[in-house]
Amino acid sequence: MTADLNAAGLRRDEAAERLALFGLASPALLLVLIVMVLPVGWLFYVSFVGADGGFSMENYARMVREKSYGRIFLQTFNVSLLTTGLCILIGYPLAYFISGLPTRIANLCLITVLLPFWTSLLVRTYAWLVLLQKQGLVNTWAISLGLWDEPIKMVHNLTGTLIGMVHIMLPFLILPVYGAMRAIDRDYLKAAANLGASPTRAFWTVFVPLSAPGLFAGALMVFILCLGFFVTPAVLGGGRVILVSMKIVSNIELFVNWGAASALGVVLLALTFLILWVASKFVRLEQLTGGGH
Amino acid sequence: MLRWLARPASETQVTHLQRLWLYVFAIVAMALLVLPTLIVIPMSFSDSQYLEFPPQEWSLRWYRHYLSSPEWMEATWTSLKAAFLTMLVATPVGVVAAYGLHASSFPLVRLAFVTLITPMMVPVVLVAIGAFYAYVKLKILYTLSGLVMAHTILALPLVLIVTGSALKSYDMNQEMAARSLGAPRWKAFLTVTLPQIRFAVVTSALLSFLTSFDEVVVAMFVSGGDNPTLTRNMFNALRDQIDPTIASISTIMIVVTSLLMVLAQLFGRGK
Repeated sequence: MTADLNAAGLRRDEAAERLALFGLASPALLLVLIVMVLPVGWLFYVSFVGADGGFSMENYARMVREKSYGRIFLQTFNVSLLTTGLCILIGYPLAYFISGLPTRIANLCLITVLLPFWTSLLVRTYAWLVLLQKQGLVNTWAISLGLWDEPIKMVHNLTGTLIGMVHIMLPFLILPVYGAMRAIDRDYLKAAANLGASPTRAFWTVFVPLSAPGLFAGALMVFILCLGFFVTPAVLGGGRVILVSMKIVSNIELFVNWGAASALGVVLLALTFLILWVASKFVRLEQLTGGGH
Repeated sequence: MLRWLARPASETQVTHLQRLWLYVFAIVAMALLVLPTLIVIPMSFSDSQYLEFPPQEWSLRWYRHYLSSPEWMEATWTSLKAAFLTMLVATPVGVVAAYGLHASSFPLVRLAFVTLITPMMVPVVLVAIGAFYAYVKLKILYTLSGLVMAHTILALPLVLIVTGSALKSYDMNQEMAARSLGAPRWKAFLTVTLPQIRFAVVTSALLSFLTSFDEVVVAMFVSGGDNPTLTRNMFNALRDQIDPTIASISTIMIVVTSLLMVLAQLFGRGK
């Protein structure tokens, strides 16, 4: 009888402790609720309010009707895909190179990835603006080396935007890929070679598949961040590259049209979550962040 | 050198010569990652209105301009205050949340974790206009506390991830041992757990500081009036023209960031 009572008491204590521990997260949750969840919920509501104050789909209808919105979404996807692709092309071989080095040297090389990661985004964007402008260093050097004759316009357009975005996104790709590569047991490659695979074949059929989860996580992170990116395209695009996030800002700053801005925001958020949801079927979302560095 | 080139470099016996292209590629890529940012440093010491490299005439002109401008100085103070307060709020709130979610087996733990890391996934523009609206209603628009609250939720995901992964590799049984010897839970946490995850906590704090200090978009909407942040002013200046003053500010920011990185490394050594 007392044993039963004890057991019930212990269970009650355990449940209370579980709840109390969970409660430790409540200040954080409360903050996120007040500053983000509720306001974004309100934006969702506003997106369905028409000019007359009643329920209306006009903000969404406008997106379908006006060709410019379609173009903006298309451009956002294009820029995000291009950036992600370029990041993979540059980041994967670099991560492969670093992962094969002895730990001490690898850590030194990693600093070149971590330094930009920690440096202010605005500072890096500014650096590219300075380097790529018409009288900038890249043009001056290229002309003096005879690579091209006239200064080329490399900033305030798509080229500049892509260069800046790839530079800023690269660490987000490299870190998870590097983590995955570092965890690969290189004996598998020896085994493949031993069984007669050429180095190329061993790389593509053994190494690449084993590093794929890291690559997938990194690429996904880069793509998601690009979809909502604002600062770099706004500065380096010079108004010629308009992404969804920039349209949202101009809808509010220039036209004070909360309905239109909210509807765009809702669509952008829905796309982001849709991509994350589909991706979560293949990879644990915690992995996206590379587990902290 | 020649013998080195012929030596096998990989597990599959590819020689160094055969993958020389990879070395060249990697070195160029690493240079491109670091140099574009660092080149701002010599440029900031130029005397010219146009940023040159190498500068023909060296001077501290743009630093003087920055340090003697009340506008830039006030913005710098606002940014520093916001970053420091964000660090002071986000670190304890985040560490405690990470600990609670790690130790609790409550059914909603996963949902809570995902909720707390969403600010990293949600396009920051949405967080910004959402906060802008909420702050108008709460009458805290353009205040420091409003800015700190918004920056805190942007920093929380990092704190949760960094501290969370440190807790994962920590053996909670040590805390159990302390408690079985009579220490209350909070004391066990403070004296047994916390010292062992201190590197993650310091990293979290530094990341929180930097998150706030670097943040542009939210600051564009909820800082302003008498309290614009440094990044907000920089961003506005960038949209108009290439002001060399920004090169001097950038240099200072790069130096501060590097110092913080070194600090984090030094602290990590002690582990």
